[in-house]
Amino acid sequence: MMTPMVELKGLRKVFGRLEVLRGIDMSVDKGQILSLIGPSGSGKSTLLRSVNLLETPTGGEVWLDGTRVNADLKGLAYERHVNGLRREMQMVFQQFNLFPHLTVMQNLTIGPMKLLGLSKAEAEARGEELLCKVGLAEKALAYPARLSGGQKQRVAIARALAMRPKVMLFDEVTSALDPELVDEVNAVMKDLAAEHITMLIVTHEMRFAAEVTDWAVFMDEGMVVEEGPPDRLFSDPEHPRTRSFLRKHLGA
Amino acid sequence: MDLDLIMRTTQFLGEAALMTLALTAGSLVLGILAAGAIVVARLSRWTAVRALVAAYVSVMRGTPLLVQLFVLYFGGPQIGLTLSPFAAGVVTFGLNIAAYMSEGLRGAILSVDKGQTEAARTLGFGRLATMFHFILPQCAALMIRSLGVNAVILIKGTALISTIGVVDLTYSAQRIMTSSSQPFEVFGIAAAYYMLIVFGLTRIMRLAERRFALPDEARA
Amino acid sequence: MNLDFSVVPPFAGALAIGALWTILITALAGAISLIVGIGLALARIYAPGWIRALLAVPVFIILGTPLLLQLFLVYYGLSQLGLRLPAFFTGVVGLGLHYAVYNADILRAAILSVEQGQYEAGRALGFGRGATLRHFVLPQALYRALPQIGNNILVLLKDSVLVSAIGIMELVLSAQLAISRTFRPFEFYISVAAIFYLINLALEWALARITRRTEAMR
Ligand SMILES: Nc1ncnc2c1ncn2[C@@H]1O[C@H](COP(=O)(O)OP(=O)(O)O)[C@@H](O)[C@H]1O
Ligand SMILES: [Mg+2]
Repeated sequence: MMTPMVELKGLRKVFGRLEVLRGIDMSVDKGQILSLIGPSGSGKSTLLRSVNLLETPTGGEVWLDGTRVNADLKGLAYERHVNGLRREMQMVFQQFNLFPHLTVMQNLTIGPMKLLGLSKAEAEARGEELLCKVGLAEKALAYPARLSGGQKQRVAIARALAMRPKVMLFDEVTSALDPELVDEVNAVMKDLAAEHITMLIVTHEMRFAAEVTDWAVFMDEGMVVEEGPPDRLFSDPEHPRTRSFLRKHLGA
Repeated sequence: MDLDLIMRTTQFLGEAALMTLALTAGSLVLGILAAGAIVVARLSRWTAVRALVAAYVSVMRGTPLLVQLFVLYFGGPQIGLTLSPFAAGVVTFGLNIAAYMSEGLRGAILSVDKGQTEAARTLGFGRLATMFHFILPQCAALMIRSLGVNAVILIKGTALISTIGVVDLTYSAQRIMTSSSQPFEVFGIAAAYYMLIVFGLTRIMRLAERRFALPDEARA
Repeated sequence: MNLDFSVVPPFAGALAIGALWTILITALAGAISLIVGIGLALARIYAPGWIRALLAVPVFIILGTPLLLQLFLVYYGLSQLGLRLPAFFTGVVGLGLHYAVYNADILRAAILSVEQGQYEAGRALGFGRGATLRHFVLPQALYRALPQIGNNILVLLKDSVLVSAIGIMELVLSAQLAISRTFRPFEFYISVAAIFYLINLALEWALARITRRTEAMR
């Protein structure tokens, strides 16, 4: 059997007295594209952020390509372990989080140069290639403040790809965008899907999820309620909570 | 108006101004270094260190500067710490302003959006590298501005050194005020020197601030 | 090391009296700083140009020079002008005026931040210019400025020790009297610092309470 690219076993996360994730089991194969849907506050962001340890899981296990992510290490050793693993799973945020003091090209090259040891020339070659891919080659020298929201998000995706990660995590990357800018970002993600990069996508756009992803997971109140191929899950949900959620979001 | 007195006072206070300047410079260097150390300590992962430094800042801000100076200068010898008045001034003023400066520096760091840290950590940068490559460049100008505000407070605070007999601007001015009968003229000249020092320092700080400011195109 | 804090309690009464003077000086100077501060803020917004220009000079000087030096000026200057006033009075007024300038800065910004909408609403109700200012603009500006003014009062509390330099009785001076009898500066100045820290805490707590209570009115 193939090792899954990402595997969660009994993942739990508690904030103070609020139990946000209550034992999540999930497995994503290499090249699989998974969408995570569910009402606001159901724990989707926390799940993604637990995968790359922006949140420290309270319990359970996170595995990346056969390596235990939330390893039982302390202090500096833990720090080094986490920094190394994070490079292999890049995240794209709802709020872009581009570095405003760096140009678009510098946003793309700083990680590969400082962390992966690429030379400036190599990093810029990689950066140019990626900017072409997201259709922003002419913006290389611009600062993020001069870009539209859609452009910012495409740069953020390119910045993440520049690290050549094994997994891409997307957290509602089009939610902060004006409606007319959503498509340009979705188009970039569709291209990535065609290349079979492993992706976990949190989204509110059911049509996009149905079109692009090959497995959909519905979460509510910190648990996986139901999962399956998106076509099946969206057209014929079994669980009443899934049904009522979809009724609202498919706008039927 | 007695022109001769004014000439002599200007010259006399000019020498005292050098003392004020030296005191300010020494305290400023010590203050900025100590403030940096305090900020680092406040970001420490050990709760005890954080609590200790927070208590230090609270005490420095919660008690009068003059009393701090007296504890060190008059009380110091009792615990084996005998300092010259000038040294006692530099240490007291430096360590005091450091507490205020550290708050400004910390505020500047906290003013950078949390998403920046998350983005840098997600790329795989460690805590130190994140601070160095992403947080500091974004808040350096703000840090310098707050250091400048505190430096001006420091300059005026150095006047307290006159209470332990160091011949600074305020000490000399007070001396002449008691012996001459022209307190307003004397004050005016001393004030001019103080404002000259304040002005000079503000200029330097403003230049530094501009040097570290983000380019215009990078600002939203 | 040679410390003996048992020398302090016999002087507890003297220190307590010194502390009361400190509190009194802070309260009086604080009141002056607030009242004059409001006047100064209003003048800087509404007074004719020449008055504003005239006011700019003392403001500039007060912001740019040490409080201690200013206290010396008030002390020696007033007597030079033939005004024989008690030192206590000159100290409190000097302290108050100094902080009035700082308060005026804050109040000016606060008044300008309330001004437009409220002013128009007041005028629309039929209130005159002055009445609108008094009943609508100023109270809100005060509430808004409260946290920062409170902060200034805390700084004033600690700066009140400077009046000891012109011979006014307060905590530091009462400690100095005790030290001149016991030769124990460390114990007494540490005690003074501790008392100040406590007064400061109490004042901070009170100010935070007032600020919280008036939050809704901002
Ligand atoms: N850092 C935090 N501290 C406390 N509560 C949090 C924190 N982050 C998220 N939560 C809570 O966890 C729950 C799930 O949040 P989140 O994972 O963001 O949900 P979703 O992304 O599905 O909308 C919410 O109730 C939220 O308020
Ligand atoms: Mg979310």
